[in-house]
Amino acid sequence: MGVVGNVLSFSLYEGLVFGLVAIGVYLTLRVLAFPDLTVDGSYTLGGAVAAVLIVAGLNPFLASLIAAGAGFCAGLITGVLNTKLRIPALLAGILMMVGLYSINLRIMSGANVSLLREVTSFDIIADFLGMRSGSIFVSIILALVIVAVVFYILNWFLRTELGLSLRATGDNEQMVRSLGVDTDKNVMLGCAISNALVALAGAIVAQGQGFADVGMGIGMIVMGLASVIIGEALFRPKGVAWVLIAAVGGAFIYRLFITIALRIGMAPGDLKLITAVLVVIALAIPYIRKKARREWIPPAVRW
Amino acid sequence: MSAKSLLQLKKIGKVFSRGTIDEVKALDGVELNVNAEDYITIIGSNGAGKTTLLNVIGGVFPPEKGGKVVVGSVDITNLSEYKHAAYVGRVYQDPNIGTAAKMTIEENLAMAILRGKPRGLRAASNKQRREEFREALSPLKLGLEKRLNALVGTLSSGQRQAVALVMATISRPALLLLDEHSANLDPRTAQIVLELTEMIVKREKITTLMVTHNMELALRYGNRLIMMHEGKIVVDLNQEQRTGLTINDLIEAFEKASGSRFNEDEALLSR
Repeated sequence: MGVVGNVLSFSLYEGLVFGLVAIGVYLTLRVLAFPDLTVDGSYTLGGAVAAVLIVAGLNPFLASLIAAGAGFCAGLITGVLNTKLRIPALLAGILMMVGLYSINLRIMSGANVSLLREVTSFDIIADFLGMRSGSIFVSIILALVIVAVVFYILNWFLRTELGLSLRATGDNEQMVRSLGVDTDKNVMLGCAISNALVALAGAIVAQGQGFADVGMGIGMIVMGLASVIIGEALFRPKGVAWVLIAAVGGAFIYRLFITIALRIGMAPGDLKLITAVLVVIALAIPYIRKKARREWIPPAVRW
Repeated sequence: MSAKSLLQLKKIGKVFSRGTIDEVKALDGVELNVNAEDYITIIGSNGAGKTTLLNVIGGVFPPEKGGKVVVGSVDITNLSEYKHAAYVGRVYQDPNIGTAAKMTIEENLAMAILRGKPRGLRAASNKQRREEFREALSPLKLGLEKRLNALVGTLSSGQRQAVALVMATISRPALLLLDEHSANLDPRTAQIVLELTEMIVKREKITTLMVTHNMELALRYGNRLIMMHEGKIVVDLNQEQRTGLTINDLIEAFEKASGSRFNEDEALLSR
């Protein structure tokens, strides 16, 4: 495999895994219109829970599922803070993110947990396929299977009666309530599913890189945002299935850029700034366009 | 023989900002007995309590202690708003409130057809339901039945209000609340929406309360007319009493009943 193949396959793996984060961010931000910053904390939570359980000898697949369950609970709490205590969405997410930092340290009894000597999901898949552990092909297969399952379930769920009412909640909450739906429950469910996906991604990444670290989730929300925005800009998706594909596609493109940036010698530490600037540009473009067309622009949203 | 009672309001009061300098008695001991299939028009000046009354019936907020809202034989006074939906369909003044812009007509109707019912993991729409939606839309004669996949946000406000009307009635709730639902539309579109309302209400035999600022509309539609003033019902005319009345007769009746001058240019001037 040449350099190009290397870059592409590595980005593909990362795009798939971070595609889970992108789908999670998409669910809260676009479907529920709920900017949920819990993501930074729940991603690490997933990594921490999976790592600790694997070290304790649990089956790594089961550990990953439990990690997703932990993320589900975290998202549920964010939803409760917002709907039942009326804490604004952004603040609820920030509070959870901060709170989870301490919880993650407690779970790992320290700043990180190493998985280098443990058998991870990747090792099991490699064994099953009769391939070398650590091969990028194995990683892609594992990530692809997980994303395919998540895609299948969500694509079905968002078209059900419950899924439809979830989507409508983000569009017109008052209408949904006036049709007899407890929208509070919908918001809680949406946040929970979103953070479950994010935590699952954290669990997979921790196993892939061989450790969980308390800082691994920093900037995850911005990365998810960037992926969603790139996906929407490139694919202009219509309909549930395409929207999900666009989120994963956006994550792939994003990771491709990052991988190339690293290859051409940029410092890994600078990448978060680059991502942030990217998101700023993407968010500013529609505004600048409107300004150029002399359209009316609503005041900036504060919450 | 007296008709079957469908909605009973007992001692409905509502005070806003209680204990502050802004304290307002929006509703003051409203008593109302609505018969099944009544179509009541409610008129009154700004601040008379019309919309507050609809909000209490729709469960947006409960009335003051002692008040009671009974639909059929069910006391819905203290149910939360979303539980009121099973009994009450509502169309608002702003078409944006009654419909979801980023969803298709089909998705909006699929939401509405399950009014007040639990939502499970079945497919939200299917062939049979689509047929049902088309049947509900085609009498509007707006061609919407051929545009099930159009986003509601791409419709005109008249079309949106028509969709909102169908959404409020497609699951045949016991009660339909219309909150100045034609007030935001241009005269021609308003006329169309009002005629659609008349058609749907007659066809589905839904008991209806229509709030309006417009005296002419209040006289033209429905079979009973109520005037509110300072949180009270001051005039209540049945079909017989209402027949042949003019706007001037209404104003006279209002002034006699409320003991104050009718001072509502808006109601006089708007058509």
